[in-house]
Amino acid sequence: MPELLKIKNLQAEIDGKKILHGLDLQINTGEIHAVMGRNGSGKSTFSNTLMGHPAYKISSGEINFNGTVINDLKPNERAKLGLFLGFQYPLSIPGVTVASFLRQAHKALKGDTASPRDFRKLLYEKMDDLEIEHAFATRYINDGFSGGEKKRMEILQMAMLEPKLAVLDEPDSGLDIDSLKLVAQSINKYKEKNPQLGVLLITHYQRILDYLRPDKVHVFIDGNIVESGGPELAVELEKKGYDWLAEKEAAKA
Amino acid sequence: MALELNNEYQYGFHDSEENYAFKSVRGLTKEIVLSISKMKNEPLWMREFRLKALEIFYKKPMPKWGDTELLNEIDFENIFYYVKSSEKQEKSWEDVPKEIKNTFDRLGIPEAERKFLAGVSAQYESEVVYHSLREDLKKLGVIFLDMDSGLREYPDIVKKYFATIVPPEDNKFAALNSAVWSGGSFIYIPPGTNVEIPLQAYFRINTENMGQFERTLIIADEGSSVHYIEGCTAPTYSSDSLHSAVVELIALKNAKIRYTTIQNWSKNVYNLVTKRAVAHEGAVVEWLDGNMGSKLTMKYPSIYLVGERAHGEVVSVALASGSDQHQDAGAKIIHIASNTTSVITSKSISRNGGRASYRGLLKVHKGAKNVKSTVKCDALMLDEISRSDTYPTMEISEKCVQVEHEATVSKIEDEKLFYLMSRGLSEEQAKLMIVNGFMEPFVKELPMEYAVELNRLIELEMEGSIG
Repeated sequence: MPELLKIKNLQAEIDGKKILHGLDLQINTGEIHAVMGRNGSGKSTFSNTLMGHPAYKISSGEINFNGTVINDLKPNERAKLGLFLGFQYPLSIPGVTVASFLRQAHKALKGDTASPRDFRKLLYEKMDDLEIEHAFATRYINDGFSGGEKKRMEILQMAMLEPKLAVLDEPDSGLDIDSLKLVAQSINKYKEKNPQLGVLLITHYQRILDYLRPDKVHVFIDGNIVESGGPELAVELEKKGYDWLAEKEAAKA
Repeated sequence: MALELNNEYQYGFHDSEENYAFKSVRGLTKEIVLSISKMKNEPLWMREFRLKALEIFYKKPMPKWGDTELLNEIDFENIFYYVKSSEKQEKSWEDVPKEIKNTFDRLGIPEAERKFLAGVSAQYESEVVYHSLREDLKKLGVIFLDMDSGLREYPDIVKKYFATIVPPEDNKFAALNSAVWSGGSFIYIPPGTNVEIPLQAYFRINTENMGQFERTLIIADEGSSVHYIEGCTAPTYSSDSLHSAVVELIALKNAKIRYTTIQNWSKNVYNLVTKRAVAHEGAVVEWLDGNMGSKLTMKYPSIYLVGERAHGEVVSVALASGSDQHQDAGAKIIHIASNTTSVITSKSISRNGGRASYRGLLKVHKGAKNVKSTVKCDALMLDEISRSDTYPTMEISEKCVQVEHEATVSKIEDEKLFYLMSRGLSEEQAKLMIVNGFMEPFVKELPMEYAVELNRLIELEMEGSIG
């Protein structure tokens, strides 16, 4: 499988505070990787740095995405290369409908000139796939949406923009068990139809991994990956927690 | 600074000046007012009205609120108070400033309309449309004329309502308008008549609708409804730098009037307008007011809810763009009768050092019971050097009222920009999307073609705002 994302010795900081300490990671086309870790372990810094949030500075190392070093690219340039970030806390944009937002984004990324009618048809198809009501098309982006609705909207955006790699930052956080299942199912459905999609799933619960079978699981502690393994690692974490890994890491130092 | 109202030299418009059939001298005198009235061949009562208004204008002090500094720069001695419009329109297209032409170009305004908008031509393609429209309206008994013709053809109706809502005593600029008014629209809708299509000042060609001191009077008789639209998003080039209009709306029992304004004055213009409406029992009045351009705009559309169950609504947006621009806009709602309701929605955007102020009054008279009102004003500032102020006033003299007031001042958050950019939008597109979303409550109320134009104009204004 060809390499999709290759990260070498990534160090990043925010407000002069170093968060990521020399991270290495490789994801190949079509693979699902899960990054697990406690709150505050640097997982969101990692996802923001990948997407190019201006507040996060890369102090050293390299992010190579599909053959291009993207360290200095703006978020929209990264998006254009096929990178997508599903936000942990999607923002609301009052006054802008989901449909008009997606149409502009679609146009920006794909340069298409689909008529409003054709675009609507495409949008409705994707909504049907993900079992999202058409009424959401004319609602303002995330304005008054429930937690579960926001997370599913992120998946709809992914489905519309068809990235090569989707970084999903805690798509399970704050959801009850039914909403979690819905979100996981929609990710699965899209992934089944698009087997080439690489997924980097960031979570601190094992539960979502019952639905989305990862090829690899990485454990994040203090801004770095300290352990990698197969799906069984997630099960072990669920049983034993993170402490044994933290201790192991401390012993190394 | 002397306010150079005859800016024709500046823009090279002096060629046709010799041909003016009538042009008053600088400064405002009784003789000028008399000659305006005589030129128009007006009835005696109107002449007396003008003269009385002139006295009031002389006596009234300048408003002591608003942007007093800019107001006091106005030099009334240096204004031409009347130029016959037919002569005005002989200005040549070649003389229109290049930046105005460029904007027309980028807005995609058709050739014929450009000339109309630039005030160099009154002949405009929609002449035919207008005539057929007027025939249809005539069958309904609807009167839609310029104010001068209205006074000539329907003196009784005009006399009954004229200046009953905005008397000359109201403020210095209302007095000035009353003394020298010319042009504007006169509309009367007979009882029970619903005018389906919006009446647009745009169609009222060959008249003085771009007037400096225009005067508009709309009467919707019992159970009728009408939507009137004035202005357009293209910059209205005016060689006159004082625009002081008076608009009066009268919605009789169960009538409905919506009045939409979108104005984008050139940056030399003082836009000081008095707009007021009276809503009788069960009537609805809605002001939609979009203010762009100008040097200083002071405009507070107001609604007097004098009959039970009357409803008033003001939706306004202001875009202050540049350090030489101040938009002082807002709304006034006066609840006089019981069971009346009102909504004020004000949106302002300031950028590039521009200043946007919301100034509002909500008043509930004693005895007006069970009143409900919602006031919401939101300001969006696009940079650190711009300014936004809010001056809300509430005078509530009754206990049983339900009033909600909400005011927000916001900036474009980095997190929102990041979110939109992560979906492929450039920083400029992302900012524009947030601004458009902010304006949506206003824009969605506009007829489609105006909404499209307005969005395009905002896009133009926003260009180069990144940096």
